[in-house]
Amino acid sequence: MGERTIDLEVLRYNPETDSEPHFQRYSVPCREEWVVLDALNHVKEAIDPTLSYRWSCHMAVCGSCGMMINGEPKLACKAFVRDYEGIIRVEPLAHFPVERDLVTVIDDFMDKLKRVRPYIIPRQVKAVAHGEHLQTPAELNKFKQYSMCINCMLCYAACPEYGLIPKYIGPAAIALAHRYNQDSRDGGRAQRQEEIAATEGAWECSFVGACSDVCPEHVDPAGAIQQVKIRSTVDWYKEHLMPWLKP
Amino acid sequence: MSRRPYQREMTSEWIFRHPRYLRYMTREFSCLFIGAWTLMLVCALARLSEGPEAWAAFLEGLKSPEVVVFHVVALAFAVYHSVTWFNLTPKALPLQMGDEFVPDGAISGAHFAAWGVVSLVLLYLAGAF
Repeated sequence: MGERTIDLEVLRYNPETDSEPHFQRYSVPCREEWVVLDALNHVKEAIDPTLSYRWSCHMAVCGSCGMMINGEPKLACKAFVRDYEGIIRVEPLAHFPVERDLVTVIDDFMDKLKRVRPYIIPRQVKAVAHGEHLQTPAELNKFKQYSMCINCMLCYAACPEYGLIPKYIGPAAIALAHRYNQDSRDGGRAQRQEEIAATEGAWECSFVGACSDVCPEHVDPAGAIQQVKIRSTVDWYKEHLMPWLKP
Repeated sequence: MSRRPYQREMTSEWIFRHPRYLRYMTREFSCLFIGAWTLMLVCALARLSEGPEAWAAFLEGLKSPEVVVFHVVALAFAVYHSVTWFNLTPKALPLQMGDEFVPDGAISGAHFAAWGVVSLVLLYLAGAF
């Protein structure tokens, strides 16, 4: 196995002593198969135990280790050091306040996620004794890709609209709302519309498309947002031009 | 231990952070040229309503090098605008047939084909051939 020494430039911020963040450089001997998270773990274990960052699964499932790597939102566990040349610059996810070093404050996203009700609101309450809710492959395919979201927030760090307008509910929350709206077992669309069809919902999106580009799970939030816009527009026309259709 | 989160400022440098942002801004910027050309079309209608002499003067004005250059640039931006939007149509208008979704290329391809047909019809009506 080959080994090479890489220079990591990591954004450091200690709220107890620093007035603003600054970069700190570490030289890390890396093996060929290492990802940036391995390099950070090496720093933490062998060079500087004060470095703070989030991680858990090391296999792109938990969504904890999202950070900016050379300016691009990435999961540190999926970013191989061999794919980078020169200094690798590691910063906390863009657009989120920095709690400490690479750890961000994610309260805003958690609040937005809660607001869109990302769970099945049953169309029809069915007792367990009456059996399972059956779903055809076609019905499953309508929402399956959106259910791959791991809440890593890379899409928020990629989205300039979210950076400029923090009230924007954002890509992952809308994609998850859309995921449940598309589910044949769900009847909660009207409740979710209050959040996602509002000005600070889908309409804040100007279709940059960066959210879908950076998604490590190949979810397409940009597509979900445009589909929400179209359905909301159809709702408006039905309500104003064809009021007799209203249930 | 006290919490003192640091909010980093977002500067206009984000446009240059990745080529995708520059492509996006180019698409947005193209609207200015399309808008300007549309305004010129409104002016053309106004001249037309004023009579043959005003209309002839307007047509003569179109021959100036500045206006020709503007048309070439506006056309380039209009093509870029249309191509980038048509490429995005599969995201906004996914079409499910049976269990699976129709491939993206078929949806954007249908838009390009319709664009081509409409353009040919317009050129025919305008007497281009």
